[in-house]
Amino acid sequence: MPQVTLTVNGKSASVEVEARTLLVELLREKLGLTGTHVGCDTSQCGACVVHVDGTSVKACTMLAVQADGASVTTIEGLAKADGTLHPMQEMFREHHALQCGFCTPGMVMSAIDLVQSHPEGLTEAQIRHGLEGNLCRCTGYHNIVKAIAAAWPIMHGKVPAAAE
Amino acid sequence: MYDFAYQKPASLADAVKALGAEDAKALAGGQTLIPVLKQRLNKPSVVVDLSRLGLSGISLTGETVTIGAMTTHATVANSADVKRAIPALAHLASLIGDEQVRHRGTIGGSLANNDPSADYPAAVLALGATIKTDRRTIAADDYFQGMFATALEPNEVITSVTFPIPAKAAYMKFNNPASRYAMVGVFVAKGPQGVRVAITGAGQGGVFRHAAYEAALAANWSADALNGITTPTDGLNSDIHASAEYRAHLIGVMAKRATAAAG
Repeated sequence: MPQVTLTVNGKSASVEVEARTLLVELLREKLGLTGTHVGCDTSQCGACVVHVDGTSVKACTMLAVQADGASVTTIEGLAKADGTLHPMQEMFREHHALQCGFCTPGMVMSAIDLVQSHPEGLTEAQIRHGLEGNLCRCTGYHNIVKAIAAAWPIMHGKVPAAAE
Repeated sequence: MYDFAYQKPASLADAVKALGAEDAKALAGGQTLIPVLKQRLNKPSVVVDLSRLGLSGISLTGETVTIGAMTTHATVANSADVKRAIPALAHLASLIGDEQVRHRGTIGGSLANNDPSADYPAAVLALGATIKTDRRTIAADDYFQGMFATALEPNEVITSVTFPIPAKAAYMKFNNPASRYAMVGVFVAKGPQGVRVAITGAGQGGVFRHAAYEAALAANWSADALNGITTPTDGLNSDIHASAEYRAHLIGVMAKRATAAAG
């Protein structure tokens, strides 16, 4: 069986997989990282979004073997070791951008990529377009959009983060 | 998903050789192939990953834009060169699927698959692009041969696509709000090969050119020139999303909007 060697959340992992194993299966079943969710399993809902070499992708629509040699970041890799949340996670909490929470890991991973890839600024329309690949059935998206807009200046160092 | 053997060749020649195996399947970005495999609609013996062949990248001359087959939709959509030379092409790429799909999906994969609702076939046909493979170049007019059918041999690999830079071009798409595939997409172009109008999403045989619109726009490049030209419903798709009559109507609406947008 193919051997896949990759870095996940900064740690190297070498895993034997079947060629048909999906990246999301490797993460959840081989590495126990169940924060990455499987919602639709048909590339539509975005609950499985992770970063592969810094870019957001749907881990249910990528083979594990395609991630050989890659650096993968999942929702578990965002908070600091002391538990301090990533600014995007903090803004999701601050703006009540989740209800049931099922879509949240994918939403947060897509949102971080969206903010990082737009250093020039993000309009509300760009945020909504950028979230096309993530479905949420609870929130109606409004608070998610607010959270992402609020995270942009923090992630780009435009305002000091909230006082400790 | 049925299991399969997996190969990631390091040269084009090795990829072509691997694809010569019975029931071999090429893997580009995988945004169609992997869902198809999950549904067990296809059972390849071997999946040949094309990602190590160095086939991505964008290059410009004064007259053309050449896009490597493994270039992702996101790269095309965000390319300053493509936005400057053929903004309609960058716009089209930005409308494919969603952000995460665009990060993986490739132009070569889209064209090799030739989904009747895919976006890129409209640009390739309307702009009169040429498709370069490991063994030849194929003109757009010869390439598309019906739903999911192309001029490619079973083991033939697209390496790049060259688009002549048009004087005017625009793409307008009425998408299915769930899948974001085109219910109707219209690409209009006025370029070195004259006025060409390509329609995707609507035809049972995949992308096609609209001769009546081309003649009208060649005589008078304006949205009004398309007034009163109806599109026959013969050969148009009719499904739960839209009837053939509605698609014929949308072709007119999208063509006028595209012509107006092209300026």
